[in-house]
Amino acid sequence: MLLKTLSEAFGPTGFEDDVRNVIRGELDGRVDEMNTDVLGNLIAVKGAKKPGPKVMLDAHMDEVGLMIVQICDGGAESGLLKFRALGGIDPRVLVSKPVLIGPDRIPGVIGAKPVHLQAPEERQKPIPMDKLYIDIGAKDAADAKAVVKPGDAAVFATRYAEFGDRAAKGKSFDDRVGCALLVEAMQTEVPYPLYGAFTVQEEIGLRGARAAAYQIQPDIAIALEGTVCFDVVGAPSHGQSTVFGKGPALTVQDAQTIADRRFAEFMWETAKRHGIPVQWRRVKGGSNDFGAIHRVGKGIVGGSISVPVRYIHAPTQVVSLDDVENAGRLLRAVLQEIAEGSFTL
Amino acid sequence: MENHQPLLEQLMTTHAGPGFEGAVRDVIVPHLRSYAQAVQVDVMGNVVAQVAGCGEGRRPRVLLAAHMDEIALVVARIEAGGFLRVVQTGGFDPRTLVGQEVVVHARGGDLLAVVGSKPPHLTAPEERGKAAPLSDLYLDLAMPESAVRERVRIGDRVTLSRDVYLLRNRRLAGKSLDNRASIAILLETLHRLQQLIHQADVYAVATVQEEVGLRGAQTVGFAVQPDVAIAIDVTFGAFPGQAADESFALDAGPAISFGPNLHRKVFQRLVDVAERHRIPYQIELSQTPVGADANAFQVAGPGLAAALVGIPIRYMHTSVETGSYADIEQCARLLAHYIAELDMAQVEDLSCY
Ligand SMILES: [Zn+2]
Ligand SMILES: [Zn+2]
Repeated sequence: MLLKTLSEAFGPTGFEDDVRNVIRGELDGRVDEMNTDVLGNLIAVKGAKKPGPKVMLDAHMDEVGLMIVQICDGGAESGLLKFRALGGIDPRVLVSKPVLIGPDRIPGVIGAKPVHLQAPEERQKPIPMDKLYIDIGAKDAADAKAVVKPGDAAVFATRYAEFGDRAAKGKSFDDRVGCALLVEAMQTEVPYPLYGAFTVQEEIGLRGARAAAYQIQPDIAIALEGTVCFDVVGAPSHGQSTVFGKGPALTVQDAQTIADRRFAEFMWETAKRHGIPVQWRRVKGGSNDFGAIHRVGKGIVGGSISVPVRYIHAPTQVVSLDDVENAGRLLRAVLQEIAEGSFTL
Repeated sequence: MENHQPLLEQLMTTHAGPGFEGAVRDVIVPHLRSYAQAVQVDVMGNVVAQVAGCGEGRRPRVLLAAHMDEIALVVARIEAGGFLRVVQTGGFDPRTLVGQEVVVHARGGDLLAVVGSKPPHLTAPEERGKAAPLSDLYLDLAMPESAVRERVRIGDRVTLSRDVYLLRNRRLAGKSLDNRASIAILLETLHRLQQLIHQADVYAVATVQEEVGLRGAQTVGFAVQPDVAIAIDVTFGAFPGQAADESFALDAGPAISFGPNLHRKVFQRLVDVAERHRIPYQIELSQTPVGADANAFQVAGPGLAAALVGIPIRYMHTSVETGSYADIEQCARLLAHYIAELDMAQVEDLSCY
């Protein structure tokens, strides 16, 4: 199953190779051409010669992860690894999690001093990242250096599984869920040029998407994302952002984008016409690749379709498979209505 | 058979908390049967396997005990939206539960759940300095409230869900290495004893409810009334920020405990055996009664000669407890040789002060 493969693929921001290879394998022979650019974006093209509008779909391949910065030598630290975050990770989710490091996927665990040896006042405070280590079982620094080096990236070692009521858990649904939707969309037939941009480095500032949009120069762009969902017990309704299982979310405003109101309304109405559940994303924070895309060149019309992800940026994220399916349905409906001329530039 | 590591890995992914040790018991009883003449389960759920010594007349009686239970949680409340609140059955640091995957042992079958965490996008800077108490954490079953209420009941038990990770140097990480590592030591010891001649009758015991107060040990110590009662339990692996006397190196052999609660002659004998057989060992000092089954053994029935040995593990009471299989083997060698050398003269000397 593609979402499982993509979720378990190794792609911390700046190290998207494994994800790119999975996608390339999936689309091989199913699109007219595929190119990688100087940043590492993978751009798939279909019907480049067809009449416009030129449509760009975007999903970022990268995930939040960790980077090994030091292999400790001497004392009780000997052989343990110091690390820092690649992208936005709350240090409080790191304790007691397994990780996979570097190209050889060396397993390690993030541990901390046991509760028995913590003073009562220590227990009240989160364990800061500089008190955490990755333990690969090395006897000493030399033993660790045999398999790991500073600069190696790491990801959470979370397995994909379906559970609950039509839900799945796994790592990096932000934004492998978007990648899965985009792979699927690139296999639909449309009467206009369709560009699929699988981008790099979204998590450190929407960097790949900006270059990709410049190269493609689309008339319309749609970012496919996993977005914040915190509709849980005790969360105030204004802080929930999206509701799990209530369909894909459309953006009004986030940290990087004030939605193109006409395009957002077009997507909303399309969803309604096709009987697809849809919701507005209700927080201002966070952003997605469209925030970079719409400012490229003379400006680009479009928006984003997001799948609610509970515990986004945490080791185990949760999505509703209904939301994923409905996001796919909405995307197909939008592409079809663009073909039918329902949205005029 | 090579060793019991595959069994240990199986035990680490088996779920058994205080008072619901059945799943682990079911896995280990057949293995104990392959070594013992008799295997019984008592009213508390402790498993007692007897391996007879050789020789006529009164033989030394030695009890080896490892607890089967792991720390767990219990469902205390079903909240609006179907989210679960839990309380402790054992000592979790709530900070290590954030973002964990857990298993809710419901009547109709096990259910996977995720312990929620707030996304960094919505977290204010001042919140980052705070650690949530257990009462603020919740379990997410990704099911509508009605389905949750149908399947989950107050009182359902919850344990961690974690694969085993094989690290370098025969080290392994996962949940419940405390104290499944010591179950492995128990079986490795019985395996080695088959190659040795021993006078002592051995009672290999897997105890229940250690994590909530050494309760199984209390009754099994009374029931068996051995001459020597040795608890096998994990201790603290060395890690930055810990005191030197609370830090034991991995791959440096078992820790043998010393302190008022433990019989000094049994301790000394264990050290002597380690020296003579060139078994690496470390000494752990306790000023108070130990937090392990040996605490209950000392005062069981008429009073017993108690000892405590075990391997160091890092990250105790988390889902990534990390220890070395080499230490498990060294601890088993120590116990097998100790038992093989135990005789009635030593037993009689235990009461001579
Ligand atoms: Zn994203
Ligand atoms: Zn993100």
